[in-house]
Amino acid sequence: MKQQAPIAITGGRLVTPAGVVESTLRLAEGRIASVGASLEDGDEVVDARGQLVAPGLVDLGVFAIDKPAFHFGGITRAALMPDQSPPLDFPSRVRFAAQSGKPDFWVHPLAGATVGLAGSQLAEIALMRDGGARAIATGRSWIADSGVMLRLLQYAAMLDMVVVSHAEDGGLAGKAVATAGEMATRLGLPSAPAEAEALAVARDIDLAELAGARLHLRQVTTARALELVRQAKARGVAVTAGVTPAHFMLSDLALAEFRTFARMSPPLRPEEDRQAVIAAIGDGTIDVVSSGHDPRGPEDKRLPFADAAPGMAGAETLLAMVLTLVRDGVIDMERAFALVAANPAAILGVDAGVIREGAEADIAVVDPERPWVVDSRKMEAQAGNTPFDRQPAQGRVTALWKGGVAIAL
Amino acid sequence: MTSQQNTSSQGHFPAGGRAFPHRDLVSIGALQTHEILFLLEEAEQWVHLNRQPSKHSDALAGLTIINAFFENSTRTLLSFEIAGKRLGADVVNMHAAQSSVKKGETLIDTAVTLNAMRADAIVIRHGSSGAVGLIAGKVDCPVLNAGDGQHEHPTQALLDTLALRHKLRERGEASSDGMMTGMVVTICGDILHSRVARSNILCLQALGASVRLCAPPALMPAGVEAMGVEVFHHFEDALSGSDVVMMLRLQNERMDGQYIPSPREYRHLYGLNQQRLALARPDAIVMHPGPMNRGVEIESDVADMPDRSIITQQVEMGVAIRMACLDVLTRKARKIPGWGEGEWV
Repeated sequence: MKQQAPIAITGGRLVTPAGVVESTLRLAEGRIASVGASLEDGDEVVDARGQLVAPGLVDLGVFAIDKPAFHFGGITRAALMPDQSPPLDFPSRVRFAAQSGKPDFWVHPLAGATVGLAGSQLAEIALMRDGGARAIATGRSWIADSGVMLRLLQYAAMLDMVVVSHAEDGGLAGKAVATAGEMATRLGLPSAPAEAEALAVARDIDLAELAGARLHLRQVTTARALELVRQAKARGVAVTAGVTPAHFMLSDLALAEFRTFARMSPPLRPEEDRQAVIAAIGDGTIDVVSSGHDPRGPEDKRLPFADAAPGMAGAETLLAMVLTLVRDGVIDMERAFALVAANPAAILGVDAGVIREGAEADIAVVDPERPWVVDSRKMEAQAGNTPFDRQPAQGRVTALWKGGVAIAL
Repeated sequence: MTSQQNTSSQGHFPAGGRAFPHRDLVSIGALQTHEILFLLEEAEQWVHLNRQPSKHSDALAGLTIINAFFENSTRTLLSFEIAGKRLGADVVNMHAAQSSVKKGETLIDTAVTLNAMRADAIVIRHGSSGAVGLIAGKVDCPVLNAGDGQHEHPTQALLDTLALRHKLRERGEASSDGMMTGMVVTICGDILHSRVARSNILCLQALGASVRLCAPPALMPAGVEAMGVEVFHHFEDALSGSDVVMMLRLQNERMDGQYIPSPREYRHLYGLNQQRLALARPDAIVMHPGPMNRGVEIESDVADMPDRSIITQQVEMGVAIRMACLDVLTRKARKIPGWGEGEWV
């Protein structure tokens, strides 16, 4: 589907990299034609009525393609983790995944770093790149073998692709489902020290520095690991860090009553770490907030805590949760959309995620104040496994365009 | 069916169902101190009955109790079975090893199946923490936790307390209010994997005792100090000043990897022998929830000390406590006056 007629979105507050400006946005031929120019004859005029006009969200690191949920959340592109069945470790699978959302949703597959995501044998990364992979990912688990990780990073550096790593030391994490501490001890859950993350982050940063590679740590959730990222950035290492809203909205207290919707990988952390994540979002240590969207039905979640699958259906709540940080004064509105759109787009190297002339016309109109209640029974996602069930939220996407074509919400 | 039961606990506790306003017994953590005392008090009549030549009550006649054990057990299963039978209930044991669980049925479906068979109480042991609470939320009858993963084993803590109380009473040292204020109890062993330790910490603290934990660091759960216990790694330090020493076995079946070099080395550092016991208070009481590994965490001559070890009494009290729990939790269904639907809520 191609954009038929030019669209002019008037009366909105445009979220641009330079700040929020009241202006008109024109979309033509699937691209942003102009920012701030006046209407032209033949424009289809859309009145945004004072709402935010923002770039469509780019969700870096999701586990399922779940269009209704993504569209609800204003997400127009998502980088798909290689942890599929079968895994995205083979060029033809990547090529298929890259086409799977079109035309109204773009999937950017992440190439599985190793065959079967087993962490030992490098996959055919260059062939997958040419099949549409935008970056490389280790998958849900860490590559334990430092030799394999170094060779992966060197290869990725040569191909100028980012490596998206899951940084959690496998030896320490083992079968843990919680962070070692009072909560895990009271509940009697297998746990690993939070340092499992810092150890893995330290190694991955050092190897990336050695290889001259670009590293994206998909989720950094502890104070110690965030400090390592902060130091690495200060000395110029090409490292970026992400997180999902679960780790800045919830601490491990959410595990009470063995709520499996709060089972995450990495597990939820104590309150001090949650505060450290918020501080790191505020000071720029964290570059990306993604949904980690992983819808899981009752067969995966209605189980004893340690037997349940990790993950949450996060696409619908991603934006509303990030907007809480704006309301709390942690970040401003431009930075909120840098976290969910511009930065992930830059890491993936796609021409989207910002309101700029010539960029892809992926646009979301957002009412940042609109109240709603998260309800796991009424979600658009394939499953309602949200830890935010029955929580009030603010901020809803009211209109969405992918490549200049309106998407019915 | 109403029964002519001993109601010795009346007067000391809130009337009727207010004394124990819980449908299930999933954790000690969910209980108030007076509710723990109530269960202990209720158990006394069954201790008495169990010491008679004829040990039969018809309190639960006509009721069906299912013991659903998803994890192997000998003594706890036997104890629950005897408790149910002495109360006159029809007791059925379900061993998960031979059940549809092996055929891929989910835990919830198994629970729904048991529920559909109209059990009047279900006793559950499961290897995953929280599993019993999960089932309790899906069935209509009372659920008793016979151990869930590394979380809780509430009847074990209650029977330990009851055994301790009886020993203190025998010695004339028991407090008249049933509390254990000021007593120092050391729990030594594989705390990390022990649901017995967790339930006992909560139960003993609720009754005013102070709890010391002793284990090598790898077997001590992180952050356990937040539960208000004192943590020790050297057994001798922990023993000094202890009134009670509770030994736990190494739960090798729960260990994911190696936690200690060898049983021999464990015994060298943490085995309870006469010399070590002498470091505790004179006449300190020795406990063990069983099964014991003689010559590892406890020497035979300590385990068998008649005036100090109450290990066999713990087993005896187990039956009484489980009878009390089954009796109390089925009172609503049996329409015992004051416990019926809507009578107290």
